[in-house]
Amino acid sequence: MEIIIRFLEKNGLVVAFLLVGLIMYGSTILSIRLTNRKIPASAIAILIGLVLAYLGGIYSGGEKGVADLKLFSGFGMMGGSMFRDFAIVSTAMGASFLVMKQTGWVGALSLLIGVFLSFMGGVAVALLWGYTDAVSLTTIGAGACTYIVGPVTGAAIGASSDVMALSIAAGVVKAIFITIATPFIAPSIGLNNPHSAMVFGGLMGTTSGVSAGLAATDPKLVPYGALTATFYTGLGCLICPSLLYLFMRLLFPA
Amino acid sequence: MIIYGVAILAFCYVTGQLAGELLGQLIGIDANVGGVGFAMLLLILLNDWLIKRDHLDKLTEGGILFWSQMYIPIVVAMSAVQNVKVAVSSGFIALLAGIVPVLLCLATVPLLTRLSKPKPVDQDGDYYPVS
Repeated sequence: MEIIIRFLEKNGLVVAFLLVGLIMYGSTILSIRLTNRKIPASAIAILIGLVLAYLGGIYSGGEKGVADLKLFSGFGMMGGSMFRDFAIVSTAMGASFLVMKQTGWVGALSLLIGVFLSFMGGVAVALLWGYTDAVSLTTIGAGACTYIVGPVTGAAIGASSDVMALSIAAGVVKAIFITIATPFIAPSIGLNNPHSAMVFGGLMGTTSGVSAGLAATDPKLVPYGALTATFYTGLGCLICPSLLYLFMRLLFPA
Repeated sequence: MIIYGVAILAFCYVTGQLAGELLGQLIGIDANVGGVGFAMLLLILLNDWLIKRDHLDKLTEGGILFWSQMYIPIVVAMSAVQNVKVAVSSGFIALLAGIVPVLLCLATVPLLTRLSKPKPVDQDGDYYPVS
């Protein structure tokens, strides 16, 4: 038994290819048999991934979902940011430069509005829970942008570690919620064309949430959403600890 | 050859991500700014240029298309390594701070999309044909 586990661990990436292939196969069957293709196979597969991540996290007590189990250690490599970004870039092959150019300025506008709205949403929730100091409010608001903006901002303005942890958790919740909700909400917000996908990417921002949510909705939209989303974390890291922090200090002087 | 396609993709990735890192440094933040976006734009332009010069054969293209087909499986693997436990167990404030902003932004999508769609120009200000 130990020999087998050690073998699987040593060949982690290839084992992950095999297991993800099996998950995709299983979810295709589920999609056809149970939902009559109403819920796309990719959405089911992503959901299975999230459930596995939850079980893995509970079983191992780690932070990297299923990758903390030896048998699944290759998932960390396959699902890591290098492979993810490499594959996202490749999807640009079928994308239209014309559409990107036309929607470019609205994409930029949606980035600004997205960061601002997410920040304010996070701040409002934090206020409801009784936080009143500018540093904590800003950090939690930044966490509502992405789980990278939160800790970067918190470190820059000197937030306490429990507020930092809270901001990371908020960012992770955001990414997962977008992943699950996007395919269901897409029809009612007109998310079915490259234009709206670029706006969507700019407003949501969190790369893992946007890329997974659009993949579950319609893979053709992925490059457009990813194009704007890729600027979001940088923009958030730029204006949350500076402009928005100063703004919060004006509203809530110490 | 397949590897040419993979190498072209890798070239775009490396160049774009590096540009994103440098841009982040330049404006003084500890994050990659737009790396993936630059890489994508570079790939689109390079692809166009190669097609015009007839340098892109089926196999080379296959080296890039393979990865775009691998995209969803990679996203599945990505979702399996998310820290779902912390998201579920971190209490109500984290849940709300994650979900409320998403709902706010989702409501804004149709508004901004309408802005970006090319509208028919009318010279008389507010005249809209009825038919």
